[in-house]
Amino acid sequence: MYKTVSRLLRIRVPRVACNSLVRTAAVSQARCASTSEVDKPNFPGSKSKFVSQPFLLDPDDMEGIPVYRAMNRDGVFIDESQDPKFDDNTILKMYKDMTLLNTMDRVLYDSQRQGRISFYMTNYGEEGTHIGSAAALDPKDLVFGQYREVGVLMWRGFPLIQFIHQCYGNCKDLGKGRQMPVHYGAKDYHFVTISSSLATQMPQASGAAYAYKRKKNGLCVICYFGEGAASEGDAHAAFNFAAVLDCPVIFFCRNNGYAISTPTKEQYRGDGIAARAAGYGIPCIRVDGNDVFAVYNATKLARDLCTTQNRPVVIEAMTYRIGHHSTSDDSSAYRSVDEVNQHDRSDNPITRFRNYMNRRGVWDEEKEKQWKLDSRKMVMKAFAEAENEKKGNPESFFEDVYKEMPPHIAKQRDAMKQHVKQYKEHYPLEHFQPMS
Amino acid sequence: MATTLANMGPASRIISSLFRRSFVKKHVCASSRFMHFTYVPETPPKQLGVTTKMNFFQSITSGLDIALANDPSAVLFGEDVAFGGVFRCTIGLKEKYGAERVFNCPLSEQGIVAFGIGVATTGATAVAEIQFADYIFPGFDQIRTEMAMYRYRSGNEFDCGRLTIRAPCSAVGHGALYHSQSVEAFFAHCPGLKVVMPRGPIQAKGLLLSCIRDDDPCMFFEPKVLYRSASEEVPTGDYMLPLSKAEVLVEGSDVTMVGWGTQVHVLREVAALAQQKLNVSCEVIDLCTILPWDQETVMQSVVKTGRVLIAHEAPITMGFGAEIAATIQHECFLNLEAPIERVCGYDTPFPHVYEVFLLPDKWRCMEAVKRLISY
Repeated sequence: MYKTVSRLLRIRVPRVACNSLVRTAAVSQARCASTSEVDKPNFPGSKSKFVSQPFLLDPDDMEGIPVYRAMNRDGVFIDESQDPKFDDNTILKMYKDMTLLNTMDRVLYDSQRQGRISFYMTNYGEEGTHIGSAAALDPKDLVFGQYREVGVLMWRGFPLIQFIHQCYGNCKDLGKGRQMPVHYGAKDYHFVTISSSLATQMPQASGAAYAYKRKKNGLCVICYFGEGAASEGDAHAAFNFAAVLDCPVIFFCRNNGYAISTPTKEQYRGDGIAARAAGYGIPCIRVDGNDVFAVYNATKLARDLCTTQNRPVVIEAMTYRIGHHSTSDDSSAYRSVDEVNQHDRSDNPITRFRNYMNRRGVWDEEKEKQWKLDSRKMVMKAFAEAENEKKGNPESFFEDVYKEMPPHIAKQRDAMKQHVKQYKEHYPLEHFQPMS
Repeated sequence: MATTLANMGPASRIISSLFRRSFVKKHVCASSRFMHFTYVPETPPKQLGVTTKMNFFQSITSGLDIALANDPSAVLFGEDVAFGGVFRCTIGLKEKYGAERVFNCPLSEQGIVAFGIGVATTGATAVAEIQFADYIFPGFDQIRTEMAMYRYRSGNEFDCGRLTIRAPCSAVGHGALYHSQSVEAFFAHCPGLKVVMPRGPIQAKGLLLSCIRDDDPCMFFEPKVLYRSASEEVPTGDYMLPLSKAEVLVEGSDVTMVGWGTQVHVLREVAALAQQKLNVSCEVIDLCTILPWDQETVMQSVVKTGRVLIAHEAPITMGFGAEIAATIQHECFLNLEAPIERVCGYDTPFPHVYEVFLLPDKWRCMEAVKRLISY
């Protein structure tokens, strides 16, 4: 049967037309292969052409993906068309949120050093990526974060004191004091609660984006992660699922050069994270993470593509982690203080934005001085208030394991209560709300 | 990760069982198609209305069909589910509900679980399939770290309660190491999950619908050997069976026997044999839900009988039987007349040609009953 078809093709079909016809008669492929100029591979797994010489595609021969920048370090637009033309109020809000975050970081970092909270992670040097991207989103777009994206919540108006309640784990904490500090989350602000496991949020973001696509709510999902987390298997799953299932999700990578002590040259060998996107069929952009406007423009572009075409986008924001990884880390053990200072002085997102504002004439030294005082006062006031709150009722830690408490957990809760009542002098009950 | 045992159609199964018969002593081989258990069809409760004959995989399809029909947010996904699934559980559903609601995923279990969590965090219903329970472990981090703890860690700000993970599990005759595992105990150690394993078509459909609609994330394990071998009259309509509720299938007064999934059928046979050969009255309990399990029903039975046999296919050490035994020992210490017996898989990986020797079959269970009554 096949032989017949093949023979018929050979007799009746002129050589040039062979290409289109062999698709329906795979067996005659071998015959056509000799005429390579008209032949195309018919493998289901790829779209490409044949070549007759072997060569290795070496990524080292390719130029790195360029870094998009809107304004230079002096705060001057390189190309005027890149000015998103914000009004003064928006500019001021952007600056104030970045600097308020910076002030909160300093106070909470110090408070950890004093043993008042158990743990903290600062956002130094990455404030621009948070504010720039958050400003380009719809406030209802769903955010999945890693842990160093606090500015996004700040931009959305999450009350300052709620951050501090969370770090204290007191009775006002939305998370009810169950997670370590900086694991923020708030349904009303569409910011999914942070968890410690790296990259687990990434394929979840793809799933949430798929559900948003089905809801046709016009929203997208954004997922933040560091360049270290991108090495996890979940990152691979996230990119691939989002691409194959057409999910409107922005994967926003904060490439700050380090994963704790590990420099990027020990994290990957390719051209950063952005270069991986093409392998998954995902559009990508690399952006100067210290340039708030570049981050804003890139995120806006990504969001438009996501929501109009239901495709994912990868944004890689190049930054530098100015602070220690966390309060449990002394980064001078693996990088020089000079290196850090050099980055902080020469290329800081806040400094660059302030240069822009000074040129624009909406900011000056006097305002800067006053805002420093005011913002510090705001943080200290919230801090004092949060510190005075008691922690929750001890029995509350048995709740929310399930929606309804099963009998075996209720029994364990009752046993705990009875035990603690009996041995109350051995437990710090004065710091907690009273048990029932 | 997943390989397929997709050619487990009747023909290949019969061939392989015939092949095995030549190795197995005659008395082990009860029927022309070797099975270590006999499925006895159950009678559906009258109040559930019109019924039609369905096997286990058809009852799953029926449950999924109803779930999709009644909840426009519900989506169904996994490896190879679009064409009907390697076990035919999702057959016809893509055609009926569209490719956006019933779809294939890339081959990545961690991706499938996480994708489902993401869908569920938006309030939509997600039913994820892991092709074999043996391949659930790449998704273990997502299940244990994320799925189980979502509601708790967020202070109830977010949850993924609308997620159900279905996975075929347990022995199938020739599945060897990676198509035979019973993995429920790994998940029973994860507060926040519900873990369910049905024994037959009527029950599977009702429990599956309960899992899908439950506000907590559920793991639903389907004993794959039952897919085609178990059939009975199944109500065609929408019904749910309660989670965390064990069922007393056979009432008895001398020995309490606890099992779930396929093992329930072994225990039923053992109860009949024990009555017939030893004049021992056994009470057979299907635990149905592994986590949170129905302690009350089990304890009530043990208080009455004073003797306990727990049987499961999974390895004995740290198997869920250990949890049940420890709880019974604590709650019913004064009622116990003999040490609690656990008849389980051995502490080895699940072997290919030696399966019949590993399974907690009726002869091993019978022997345990003898030990219990002669203690």
